Amino acid sequence: MTKTEFEPAIPSRPSYGVLSPGIGSAHLFVADGEGADAVCDLLSAADGLKAASHIIYVPGANGCDKSTALQALGVAQFHRSPSFAAALPRLTKVLADAHMGLQIYTAGTEGLMAQVAAAAQAAGLPYEAVQMEHRGSLARRVQCVHCKGVTENVTLDPFQCSHCGLSLFVRDHFSRRLAAFQGVCIDAEDPGQIPASVERFK
Amino acid sequence: MSVGAPKIPVVVAEVVAVNDLIKRFRFVRRDGGAMPVFSGGAHVVVEMDDHGTRRMNPYSLMSHPADSAGFEISVRRDEAGRGGSLYMHNHVRVGMEMVLSQPVNLFPLDARAKKHLLIAGGIGITPFVAQMAQLQAMGGRFELHYSVRSPALGAYVDRLRDHYGPRVHVYHDEFGEKIDLATLLKSQPLGTHVYVCGPKGMIAWVHATARAMGWPDRAVHSEEFLAPPVGQAFEVQLAASGKSITVQPNQSLLEAIEAAGIEAPYLCRGGACGQCETDVLRCDGIIEHNDHWLTDDQKASNTKIMPCVSRFRGAALILDR
Repeated sequence: MTKTEFEPAIPSRPSYGVLSPGIGSAHLFVADGEGADAVCDLLSAADGLKAASHIIYVPGANGCDKSTALQALGVAQFHRSPSFAAALPRLTKVLADAHMGLQIYTAGTEGLMAQVAAAAQAAGLPYEAVQMEHRGSLARRVQCVHCKGVTENVTLDPFQCSHCGLSLFVRDHFSRRLAAFQGVCIDAEDPGQIPASVERFK
Repeated sequence: MSVGAPKIPVVVAEVVAVNDLIKRFRFVRRDGGAMPVFSGGAHVVVEMDDHGTRRMNPYSLMSHPADSAGFEISVRRDEAGRGGSLYMHNHVRVGMEMVLSQPVNLFPLDARAKKHLLIAGGIGITPFVAQMAQLQAMGGRFELHYSVRSPALGAYVDRLRDHYGPRVHVYHDEFGEKIDLATLLKSQPLGTHVYVCGPKGMIAWVHATARAMGWPDRAVHSEEFLAPPVGQAFEVQLAASGKSITVQPNQSLLEAIEAAGIEAPYLCRGGACGQCETDVLRCDGIIEHNDHWLTDDQKASNTKIMPCVSRFRGAALILDR
């Protein structure tokens, strides 16, 4: 079961488990922020995997950087990237060169995990093939359904779209394809009637 | 009653002996109209009136999915079977009128795959014949590994080699040739899906080997139609219809229900699709679960039965039908 407590939500909202060692020829880990802890937990208990493991790590938006601990694991490859966007070309290349038997693990924030799962699906893998464990912040990656712009690390609801400026209500409706929750204009019917923002996602 | 659209009245347009064991049949619509377009991997249920006994067997479509002029199936003669394949071989002639179900696909290609690895054993080649035609038209990447008993029994080998060249790999049991599955699965690019159709042992072998090598379950696809096994006769009470029926040794429970004039849902009639799932109200005895549909837990609980292939031994079985 997940180590993060989630509020009750609609059934389609993604849920997460705990990473466990898979059987395979190679092991790819992609984590951000506190997700490093999940990777350390798994690899500390599964020493045999390290020689065939590749870790891609993005420090958290909250400043959490556990690169040192990950590097100390002694895996075959460790790569630290300043952002997921910067890591994506590497991830895409790793997936393009890989063979069936590769095990994929992702840990950290929902936005990161969903983007990893989307990249794996684009590479032809089933959604279920990616193990996910939530760690750290519950801040959301949100797509504005009006301008299609994505705002990262949304903690407030409603919040102002960083692209078009509309005030958006953050739904639990999650798009796996876009790896984002959906934000909908909150005052479309009554322009200007915008409730005060609340910090819903920490 | 099958779900969905009405059945297709057809006439047999062609019967070809492919080899000693396999015959191919082509059906066209009696009204001369177009057949529905299907997707590779789909099957139809062929209705037979075998001298008073109604037989309904599923067969994979092997014609080109875009060929709406007719449907083709291949039938392997099974001397030990219940008689459907023997009826097709011995009695079906050009010009005969028959009835087909609409095509149903329980074995589709996953269009998200980057590559399709097709593994066939014997008559299990038929869905792949249609799938390869579809993949060719879509520009899909694929490779066929086809295991046959001998060159003489290698149905469609020449035709497939002509069409698809080096993408077709054939293995002859007679010469001790065997698919090197471990090497094959290990060397596939990420995003490959594997499909297997053939004997039970081959299907289990591919699933087990792929799982042990870290393939996701959802990237491994298989289809096996079960013929309803024969067994002891047994009594069944149908609570919703208020009838008691006897299932004969050579009859499936579904066939016995239909013979009693009760409409029951079905699609594949081979334990694969789940359509005929029926609630068990009381079970004093042992249900012989022969399907691929129910989970092990469901089977153990004896609260569900798939009447198309499963049987019963014991004192009393009451179904909600």
